[in-house]
Amino acid sequence: MSSPLRREEVAHVAKLARLSLTDAELDLFTEQLGQVLEHANDMNSLNLEGVVATAHPFGLTNVVRSDEVRASLDRDEVLAMAPDAQDGRFAVPRIMGEAP
Amino acid sequence: MTLANGWEIVVGLEVHTELKTASKMFCGCANSFGAEPNTNICPVCLGLPGSLPVLNERAVELAMAIGMALHSTIAPSTFHRKNYFYPDMPKDFQISQYDLPINVGGYLDLPDASRVSIERAHLEEDTGKSTHLGGTGRLQGAERSLVDYNRSGVPLVEIVSGPDIRSSAQARAYAQELRGILIATGASDGRMEEGSMRIDANVSIRKANAPFGTRCEIKNLNSLRSLQRAIDYEALRQVELLEGGGTVRQETRHWDELLGETSTMRVKEDADDYRYFREPDLVDLAPDQSWQDRVRAGLSPMPAERRQKLAARLIDPTSAQLDAVEVVIDLGLDDLVERAVDEGVSATLAISRAANELAASIDEVKNFSSESFTATLLMEQRGELSATQAKTVLAELLTHGGDPHEVAREMGFEQLSSSSLGATVAALIEEHPDEWTRYREGDEKLAQFFIGQVMKLTKGQANGKSVVAELQARR
Amino acid sequence: MKTAVQIASDVQRGASSADEQLSLSLEAVRARNEELHVFLYVDEDGAREAAARVDDVIAKGDNAGPLAGVPIAIKDNVCQRGVPTTCGSKILQGWRPPYSATVIDRLLAAGAVPVGKTNLDEFAMGSSTENSAFGPTRNPLCPSRVPGGSSGGSAAAVAADMTPLAIGSDTGGSIRQPAALCGIVGMKPTYGLVSRYGLIAFSSSLDQIGPFAKTVTDAATLLEVLAGHDPMDSTSLPEPSPSLVAHLNDGVAGKRIGVVTELIEGADDEIVNEVRRALQAFRDAGATVVELSIPELRLGLSAYYLIAPAEASSNLARYDGVRYGLRVDAADVTAMNEATRTAGFGDEVKRRIMLGTYALSAGYYDAYYGQALKVRTQMIDAFARAYREVDFLVGATTPTVAFAIGEKASNPMAMYLSDVFTIPTNLAGEAAITVPFGTGEADLPIGVQLLGPGRSEAQLLSAARVLELADGRP
Repeated sequence: MSSPLRREEVAHVAKLARLSLTDAELDLFTEQLGQVLEHANDMNSLNLEGVVATAHPFGLTNVVRSDEVRASLDRDEVLAMAPDAQDGRFAVPRIMGEAP
Repeated sequence: MTLANGWEIVVGLEVHTELKTASKMFCGCANSFGAEPNTNICPVCLGLPGSLPVLNERAVELAMAIGMALHSTIAPSTFHRKNYFYPDMPKDFQISQYDLPINVGGYLDLPDASRVSIERAHLEEDTGKSTHLGGTGRLQGAERSLVDYNRSGVPLVEIVSGPDIRSSAQARAYAQELRGILIATGASDGRMEEGSMRIDANVSIRKANAPFGTRCEIKNLNSLRSLQRAIDYEALRQVELLEGGGTVRQETRHWDELLGETSTMRVKEDADDYRYFREPDLVDLAPDQSWQDRVRAGLSPMPAERRQKLAARLIDPTSAQLDAVEVVIDLGLDDLVERAVDEGVSATLAISRAANELAASIDEVKNFSSESFTATLLMEQRGELSATQAKTVLAELLTHGGDPHEVAREMGFEQLSSSSLGATVAALIEEHPDEWTRYREGDEKLAQFFIGQVMKLTKGQANGKSVVAELQARR
Repeated sequence: MKTAVQIASDVQRGASSADEQLSLSLEAVRARNEELHVFLYVDEDGAREAAARVDDVIAKGDNAGPLAGVPIAIKDNVCQRGVPTTCGSKILQGWRPPYSATVIDRLLAAGAVPVGKTNLDEFAMGSSTENSAFGPTRNPLCPSRVPGGSSGGSAAAVAADMTPLAIGSDTGGSIRQPAALCGIVGMKPTYGLVSRYGLIAFSSSLDQIGPFAKTVTDAATLLEVLAGHDPMDSTSLPEPSPSLVAHLNDGVAGKRIGVVTELIEGADDEIVNEVRRALQAFRDAGATVVELSIPELRLGLSAYYLIAPAEASSNLARYDGVRYGLRVDAADVTAMNEATRTAGFGDEVKRRIMLGTYALSAGYYDAYYGQALKVRTQMIDAFARAYREVDFLVGATTPTVAFAIGEKASNPMAMYLSDVFTIPTNLAGEAAITVPFGTGEADLPIGVQLLGPGRSEAQLLSAARVLELADGRP
């Protein structure tokens, strides 16, 4: 079966998702994800022209909270869970570029 | 600045303003600047697994207030996730409004009567802050970075102007006027140096009426001065580039205030794929008319209206006086001025003292009472204080506070009360009978002679007009 | 083993104590946990404290709540302050949340005693609990077979009589499918009925916490405790917890019930037969049964396997090695993120993250994710049309009884198909329950699924009670 998905697309997506794949994994995932997308083509059997997309099952609106300050977490407890911390902050290795 | 060879600057501004709420946008952590690192954090703004955002009502109201001040339409809106990895972003996505922002369209009229269109003003959350270790302390060359999430989740409104701005001066005027509006709505304190108002400028150039050129986005504009300088620098850079046969590349550029130049920060890439989709943890926002009306009813007058009102207190104002009015409004001093005028101070004097003496010590003004201002100016107006003395008293009151009358006395200005001035004038008349006779016979120039003598005796602390008044009284 | 309702009654009136019930539960856990791998963590100290608090309340003559002293198992994707919470993933190994989910607070307030955290497919992605980074859970009724998933540990805890109650989460069938395969009651409540605050997200618009129990009455009692508005969850329904137990004996007399072609086609004959037998039980109880076809349901699987991965790809971005959990060191932060995520996530999670990233990416959004959201609308409309004809729907919960460990592990698509009957309810945000009804091959249990519109929990529970009685259980 020809996959609707190309190997380089899977590689690109893996990069976007910050995952690295071996060549064998790339082959396997290309095939497996291709099967799911192939199955998804059955959606084209419906005429969806003009149908509104539903992102939420129920139409709640204007759910807000009042602007009140509540207690924050204890910093030491939070930083104790961090892989690396220094001077009350979370430490990371070199950042390669500015945020977009 | 005008560009050579018929080139025209085209600028659109994206202004991010932190909203002055008590708590953050989606959680109850305090929204405060300058706290110890990572002390205002909770499961939500730290993006801990399982946490969920709940929208801050006040943030919505401040966003609406901004929209109303900018003549935007308050529209039904949604929240999206903008997905990208960055260590200062705890969920590795930012909650922002995308295709359906809360404020759509609008405009901002500038004091010079030009109008800049507003495309949108939408809500989004701020990121944390990184400090870089090693190298120069900037990102480039650093070995390691430390992240503080206190700012993560602070509510922001991003105000996007149309590409209508045609000079760096107009860009500055826009930013200044917008800042006044943000302060007037109570949305922001407008402190650029603390990052509570941040400006990105999209700059391109074109020949008059030609299609827009490729634009560069300039970041790190931390003051109105930087904004103006950076736009001028960038426009000239693009002119040189194009006239030298090159092309402008669409990119993000960093403004270096010390070097006075922009440099490439980040080239737009095809890989910029933010995979926007509806934030499933938040529901639609659709403020109804009654909610909008409540917000509108709470709005204070905007700078343009206040400027007009204050200028109307002046009779045939000069352009210098109108400039002073603008300064008074920009600095939010109009309330002090209006109260002084209501108490009988002349508008000319109140505006001048506010635009000069108060403006020079603007940081101290917040501890300064309108009563002190009014009382000092009334003393000056009655001739109890000379202009120089009044300024000295104001400066003292601004720095150390106190009662204006006591301050004046302590500074030795008390002998200038009208009775002591009267005695001085009377003594001089006795000493100089010839001059006095000539003055009485109508030689007005001799008033200057008497003023000079009084000044000599009082070491310059007398009020000229008061001296004339004393002379007139004896004529 | 006694039901939760019996235990609560015994403990409240002093015939037993919360501590004694906890001891019985811990004994049952010790007896079979090594074999079945149900619990990833048993919080004995915390449970003893919770039990002591319940016993104190009762000693003072106060009411300890509807679940007084009832031991309960918690799926390990629900945060409990200070208790290791892994989501079945190496990426969260060792993490102890500094806060508790709303459902944990409600359970404690109702007198329940959380015993520990149960195994699951990593990040709730799976249908067999084989995708746990810490090894599979076995079906207590037949240990060579799977308990279903993703809430396999919670279903097995109840089926193995370790605890009378458990909570799980259901994104595409993760409560109902394992409940069916383990022969117990499991319910996916209406979206928004139970707070998701503290439930580690898989797919935010589909996830819903719900109850596991041996009896319908226990399930209703637990759901009443879990449900109700929570200001910490913007998608929480704005009303208080519904009255469920009071309606348990409402029956189905006079009701119109639809049996849905698309919810039985492809199921094994022995399962279809039990569904037919259930329909007869409803007729016997005074209901009218009609046959219905809802063709849109056939597209549920396709829409689900785009929507759920899309949301998951974003929900799981935060596991980047910066703030908590695993970090694999590297020279720069991008490489560190990548090394951490590559080492920390299992294959199924990676597959779904990549699928979701692809479905949302520029150029494919409209063809896949956008299309799936429209199918979701069609699904909601189709259900709504059906509910104008009938009060509730009936179908199979699963196409087969419990399958063997390893049988579908290498074929993701085959595994996905085991959720084909449960997925439509999640897409519509509605309610559904599975109740054990008869047995099939190797005497393994079969579940019949009842589906209703949003907020129809009381009706579905009372109908499930009809089947429970018809199947000879008190």
